[in-house]
Amino acid sequence: MDILQSRKKQVVRSNGQGMSIVCEKRSASGSVSQRACVFCGSRVVLYPIADALHIVHGPIGCAAYTWDIRGSVSSGPELHRLSFSTDLRETDIIFGGEKKLEAMLDELIDQYSPKAAFVYATCVVGVIGDDVAAICKKMTNKKKIPVIPVHSEGFKGTKKDGYQAACDAIACLVGTGSISGISPVSINIMGEFNLAGETWIIKEYFKKMGIEVITTMTGDGRVEELKRAHGAKLNVVQCSGSMMAIAKTMKEKYGIPFIRVSYFGIEDMADALYQIADYFKEQDRGIIERTEKLVRKEILDLNDQLEGYRQDLAGKKAAIYVGGAFKALSLIKALRHLGMKTVVVGSQTGNADDYKRLQALAEPGTIIVDDSNPVELASFVLEKDVDLFIGGVKERPIAYKLGIGFCDHNHERKIPLAGFAGMINFAKEVHKSVISPVWNLVPRRYHRAD
Amino acid sequence: MQTNPCKLCAPLGASLVLRGIDGSMPFLHGSQGCATYIRRYMISHFREPLDIASSSFHEETAIFGGRQELLEGIHNVYKQYSPKLIGIVSTCLAETIGEDTQALISQMKANNELPEDVEVIFISAPSYAGSHSDGFRQATKALVEQLCIKGETKQQINILPAFLSTEDLRYLREVADSFNMPAVILPDYSSTLDGEIWDSYQILPKGGEKLESIASMGSSLATIELGSALDNSLSAGSALEERYFVPNYRMALPIGVKATDRFLDSIAKITKNPISTKYSRQRGRLIDSYADAHKYISGKKAAIFGDEDMVVGLAGFLSEIGITPVLCASGSMRSNFGEAVSEVVKDAKGPIVIKGNVDFIDIEEDIRMLKPDILIGNSKGYAMSRRLNIPLLRVGFPIHDRIGAQRILHIGYQGTQQLFDQIVNIILERSQKDSSVGYTYI
Ligand code: SF4
Ligand code: SF4
Repeated sequence: MDILQSRKKQVVRSNGQGMSIVCEKRSASGSVSQRACVFCGSRVVLYPIADALHIVHGPIGCAAYTWDIRGSVSSGPELHRLSFSTDLRETDIIFGGEKKLEAMLDELIDQYSPKAAFVYATCVVGVIGDDVAAICKKMTNKKKIPVIPVHSEGFKGTKKDGYQAACDAIACLVGTGSISGISPVSINIMGEFNLAGETWIIKEYFKKMGIEVITTMTGDGRVEELKRAHGAKLNVVQCSGSMMAIAKTMKEKYGIPFIRVSYFGIEDMADALYQIADYFKEQDRGIIERTEKLVRKEILDLNDQLEGYRQDLAGKKAAIYVGGAFKALSLIKALRHLGMKTVVVGSQTGNADDYKRLQALAEPGTIIVDDSNPVELASFVLEKDVDLFIGGVKERPIAYKLGIGFCDHNHERKIPLAGFAGMINFAKEVHKSVISPVWNLVPRRYHRAD
Repeated sequence: MQTNPCKLCAPLGASLVLRGIDGSMPFLHGSQGCATYIRRYMISHFREPLDIASSSFHEETAIFGGRQELLEGIHNVYKQYSPKLIGIVSTCLAETIGEDTQALISQMKANNELPEDVEVIFISAPSYAGSHSDGFRQATKALVEQLCIKGETKQQINILPAFLSTEDLRYLREVADSFNMPAVILPDYSSTLDGEIWDSYQILPKGGEKLESIASMGSSLATIELGSALDNSLSAGSALEERYFVPNYRMALPIGVKATDRFLDSIAKITKNPISTKYSRQRGRLIDSYADAHKYISGKKAAIFGDEDMVVGLAGFLSEIGITPVLCASGSMRSNFGEAVSEVVKDAKGPIVIKGNVDFIDIEEDIRMLKPDILIGNSKGYAMSRRLNIPLLRVGFPIHDRIGAQRILHIGYQGTQQLFDQIVNIILERSQKDSSVGYTYI
């Protein structure tokens, strides 16, 4: 396979010397990128806010394709699982969609009594010139709830710009609630979306450590909690790509520092808890000890359970292609715990710093790729003869078609993979697929005697 | 305004059609997101690799137009995929900025800017003007209009399916074979979207209708066009009739005895060949099973929802077995949907609610009132089926929460038989479960 000329610098083979990789670049036209759009980035981040209305302003597709596609769960209201579209038609394109949007907000806010409403502007809205912000302002006054525009026109950048737009929207809420009675040992969890209940696993650890969680951005999210977020003493940012913007804003505006963590895999999970404990050791003298105890117990339980999987998985090879490169780092480490080796790794939206770290961690010869496409990915996994592909729904058929095991590590997963408990689930998921006897029958592995 | 839509956008349907042509690659002229979302949506149904290119509009493109992106994109697709055909489908964005994509392509062709050995055609499919099933028809029509050439009459027929499963498409091919009659099936994604396991990566999956065959559709004996909720403006069959005088037989999907009779009789008439005994036996067995099971379902009520043509087909079938399709609903924006349903439900007992242009909130509201015994439609009805505790039989597109959507046979006596058995058994299971006795003979 020939890699497209314009993409050549977005693929490197690690030689341990940190070669530079081009990233944060627009997708080449016609390259069949696995990326979606600005709107997608915004929708991912805001989606789990379960007591808000999420109204997609545009033609039907943008809303229809994102209806209930994420695995974010809520402990209460489930407004986020509905798909609202202004369903723009020909006349709206000509005369504008403002009236339609306004009427819709009016009706739906009365009907569902949400705590806030987000209005996502999609591509078409960006060119027909609707003043979404003005309508939101008008409705905020009329309905007495925050109605917030999300400037997520698909063509105005990449998924990352969508993260930024979502952070801007959240920033409209932060700082508007009362912060009385908040503990000096308190945090916001950022970049954790409660996929399959992962936020709950993480929150349980913080509870045991004696930390108050003010809000999670945005897993199992609630508008009232978000409004109080500025009362936290520390922001703990996972999935740095999506939430760095708001963490930085809150640092500037409210002086709240942030740290970057990951909850995937044993080291990274433990490291996250230790970092946070360390931060609060002045305020809470017992916190380090409690954290050590917690980590020790969790790891002890883990090790025994992992051993069985390790025996079967040792020496197997994996390819990783996920949204953010930061997660890929954790996955490489988690796979090592299972005795597996990563030979292809890539992401849709990694930045230069992420890729530098990836190269430092990856073994020599590993293919590292930014903003890849199906044709490339298929050729990489075949070349490296992998046993496992970690990715999302769009990568899954590539793996299966070629007779390769698969683990879904995207936003659609139905099994919690974060935290210590998540490490066991991860091992189970990987194991279930890699050791399946069906691979013994696929052409790659099985040749019928003539 | 829509909440939980019961339709998708036009470029999805157009992309599906393009995947049903040998060596063809869909290319959405617009922003990256549309292509990626559409891929993801279809992959979850077909569980196959499904590449769709995009011209990846950005800010300047949205202001100044996408000529450069289009040209670069076509060349990139050509390099990576070596396709025989690239179908450029306009999205909402391209149409809204007033891009004259057709003119751009013609100009590129005239200037020799495009690779020589690839057909580039244009399909206009703004989704603010139509749904995915309209996009499907628009693409079919555009292909016919742009690829057909008049030749000597050929001993072959054209079959224009609706948005059907891959198993349905295999069935259509088999029927044509049984009449010893070559058929041009447009589109035919039966292998491209339900292929075998691979030993090496197929950049463009094997299969699909051949370009030469499509070119010859103007020379066929006749066209069978499936889908009665279709007007001439969306009809490739009508286009073939007008331009090349190929008679068009438009009919409802062959679901049920009567509709399948009509389908097979038409082919028999066109080809002047008899219907295979294989089918007459299937027909006999089907009616025999109707007799065996009629009491269990007599007077039961069903709600059907989904693509207009599927709803019409199912409504006719249910009416013929004594189940009243109390609700026939579709997100369809077509004006003749209601008429097409009315046409096939004449035998049904009791009032029937027919609604086009609805979303799942409307549908659920009606279902609450009408209290059907069974829901029949795509998997997006699952949430309401769960809330209302009414069983759902999954048919059509999309089916995102079960395996084997490609292999559901909906049409012909055989497909009807499978649907029939499932419907009866769902109803039996319910009454068995609800009974205090738990009878083991029914
Ligand atoms: S903009 Fe139009 S083509 Fe794109 S996803 Fe939305 S409805 Fe579909
Ligand atoms: S129209 Fe724009 S916002 Fe909507 S899916 Fe397409 S790229 Fe994304």
